Amino acid sequence: MNIINFTPVTATIGGMIIGLAVVIFFLFNGRLVGISGIAANALTEKNNKFDNLLFLIGLIIGPIVYSFITDQEINIIISNSFILLIFAGLLVGVGTRISGGCTSGHGISGIGRFSLRSIVATITFMIVGIATVLIKNLI
Amino acid sequence: MSKIISLVSGIIFGIGLVISEMINPEKVLGFLDLFGNWDPSLAFVMIGALIVSSPMFHLIKRKEKPLFAENFNYSNNKEINNKLIIGSVLFGAGWGLGGLCPGPAISSIALLNINSISFVVAMFFGFYLVKFFKLNS
Repeated sequence: MNIINFTPVTATIGGMIIGLAVVIFFLFNGRLVGISGIAANALTEKNNKFDNLLFLIGLIIGPIVYSFITDQEINIIISNSFILLIFAGLLVGVGTRISGGCTSGHGISGIGRFSLRSIVATITFMIVGIATVLIKNLI
Repeated sequence: MSKIISLVSGIIFGIGLVISEMINPEKVLGFLDLFGNWDPSLAFVMIGALIVSSPMFHLIKRKEKPLFAENFNYSNNKEINNKLIIGSVLFGAGWGLGGLCPGPAISSIALLNINSISFVVAMFFGFYLVKFFKLNS
């Protein structure tokens, strides 16, 4: 194992900002942030539809607001093929709904309130994610 | 008012994803590459988020009701069952393949990257499939 590209300061600050968003949503609206749940419910449920859609719109506006304030361009690297990403997206969509949460719902909101169910989910998807990358690198 | 909070929470969450660089799949894949070139940053993102949110959850929960809603509304499901494990395995596999999870994927629509938009479309199709076959947790 080599440690590279490690950015602990921006990671922690960014994480705290994410935590702040979760706290605001809970304090005012009484709901716990889970992006997969918000996104899926915006698509399929009538209840809170407008709130869910607005949260998703906010999620998309966030990077634009950041670029506007800081005058910095955001660069992302996606080195995977189109077909692989379609397959990955399908797995993420199906998996998060069957397990009832993703990195935010189980990983932050669930662990934050000490839910054993969410701790088990997070450990599971992390181990499988690490194993998947390991296998991908071997092929 | 709850509508404004929803929008603002989303914006703040999105900014957090940019600053922590979790919007970049390469950064996430670096975290999952534990046995290669490991980038521990994602763990610090989670720790940062939990430092802020966890104590606040426990404080806010003591309130009778949230400020702009009638009651607190979140899952109290404690069951650790096959669905939880199978779903998490499928999600972990997709996360490891693409380096994208739902939040960063949706946020990165802003960057008009055709690959991440395709991922999001497929993900929403996955949400719909689970609803259609009534497999929700």
